[in-house]
Amino acid sequence: MTTVTEMRVEDKLYQNRYLVDAGRPHIRILPHDKPSAALLSLTRVCPAKCYEENDKGQVEITPDGCMECGTCRVLCEASGEIEWNYPRGGYGVLFKFG
Amino acid sequence: MIDERFDAIVIGAGMAGNAAAYTMASRGLKVLQLERGEYPGSKNVQGAIMYASMLEKIIPDFREDAPLERHIIEQRFWMMDDRSHTGMQYRSDDFNEDKPNRYTIVRAQFDKWFSRKCREVGVTLLTETTVTDLLVDSTGKVLGVKTDRKGGAIQADVVVLAEGVNGLLGTRAGLREPPKPENVALAVKEMHFLPAETIESRFNIKGDEGVVVEAAGTITKGMTGLAFLYTNKESISLGIGCLISDFAETRESPYTLLETFKAHPSIAPLIAGSEVKEYAAHMIPEGGYKAIPQLHGDGWVVVGDAAQLNNAIHREGSNLAMTSGRLAGEAIHRLKAGRQPMTKENLKLYKELLDESFVMKDLKKYKDMPALLHTNSANFFQSYPQLISRAAQNFLRVDGTPKIDMEKKTTRSFIEKRSRIGLISDAVKLAFAWR
Repeated sequence: MTTVTEMRVEDKLYQNRYLVDAGRPHIRILPHDKPSAALLSLTRVCPAKCYEENDKGQVEITPDGCMECGTCRVLCEASGEIEWNYPRGGYGVLFKFG
Repeated sequence: MIDERFDAIVIGAGMAGNAAAYTMASRGLKVLQLERGEYPGSKNVQGAIMYASMLEKIIPDFREDAPLERHIIEQRFWMMDDRSHTGMQYRSDDFNEDKPNRYTIVRAQFDKWFSRKCREVGVTLLTETTVTDLLVDSTGKVLGVKTDRKGGAIQADVVVLAEGVNGLLGTRAGLREPPKPENVALAVKEMHFLPAETIESRFNIKGDEGVVVEAAGTITKGMTGLAFLYTNKESISLGIGCLISDFAETRESPYTLLETFKAHPSIAPLIAGSEVKEYAAHMIPEGGYKAIPQLHGDGWVVVGDAAQLNNAIHREGSNLAMTSGRLAGEAIHRLKAGRQPMTKENLKLYKELLDESFVMKDLKKYKDMPALLHTNSANFFQSYPQLISRAAQNFLRVDGTPKIDMEKKTTRSFIEKRSRIGLISDAVKLAFAWR
């Protein structure tokens, strides 16, 4: 198949409209030494690439580009590794087409 | 903030929420609807195909002013491997009827329209309002909601939870379990804009006619999933989704899958030169009948995606959402009209109406399909597409090999890959799950 170069998801998110609630992230990762397999998988599976592994091997989140799909909640809320809430009313992603 | 008391509070302004709100308000109930987005639709994502008969039951003359894109006259099912697709295609002029059966829609526009209809029949809508908690008394009865606006709680006789597949409220209040990774898919989608004439010539259509392509195969890398391409008026919606449990296991990136699908030789020419204006992601309930939670309790009902009401096999979601919203609305209205309290026992009426409808009958029919497709995903989504492509090539490529040898080669490739027992067992399991 045609080789697909690793897509920069930032270029995709750039098309979207957001109202970021500065200083009030709606998803938090709880402090950890070593992430679980599920938490680590989010660095690949999150469709907005909000999750990244830092140089200490811990997983960090920047939810500004979050599309509020809930995939990370389904994978990591039950284990207590993340806290997930919806943004305040009016904030977050604002789909033009959906 | 709001001192009034409402007959019902509807949480969410998607398909299910709007259907419920409209049904109740048009029958004279006092309805408050809460939506966290800037406008109804701003948080909602769908392919999207809308089935007319379910909306007709709510708003019979919707065709007069609803924002509809194209009515579907042709369906293509594609089984894809990396370089080919084997297709089943159905097109009929019968679909060019006065009142077409299904349409493509753009949810942000459609939901705004549906919400306007709700307000026209008297629904009070508050947007930019996130419900933070359900108000529950010591006996577990839901009394109302708390929001992130100033002023505290709002009370009602009944709360309709139309909070979507990732609804937090019902799960946090212990009314149902959060979705499990094997029961929900993650789908990503893009909106590709092209002139209407270009879409019409590429898909061999005219006027408002539209085409649907749904594709499975190696494009999901062995994961249980499906890709789609829908023609809108001046855009193409295109996306791909797989079970979240499969994503977590394979660590595939959804956007890379989407890019690979777009680059497929069967897809790329259809979207060539388009301008992408949005990238969206959303979860889809896939657990089917066995994943449906408790649907009613003291002072509450749950509808639509929040209740996992989605038919993954027929790729129908919004019509189940609309129907469950409508039936919940009808049940609540009947109880209200009979001055009966909104108890768990009385609200069973909603469940009974749903059981009698196509919603539960269809989901029950396919109750074993999700598990089958999930446990056999490598066969159904990887091996068979490759084998079918090879079989088609053996049939079509003429190079002087006797036909009997070609047929043997095809049969052998299936047996080598899956074994006789495996083939028979897959066929039997599929037949049983389908019947």
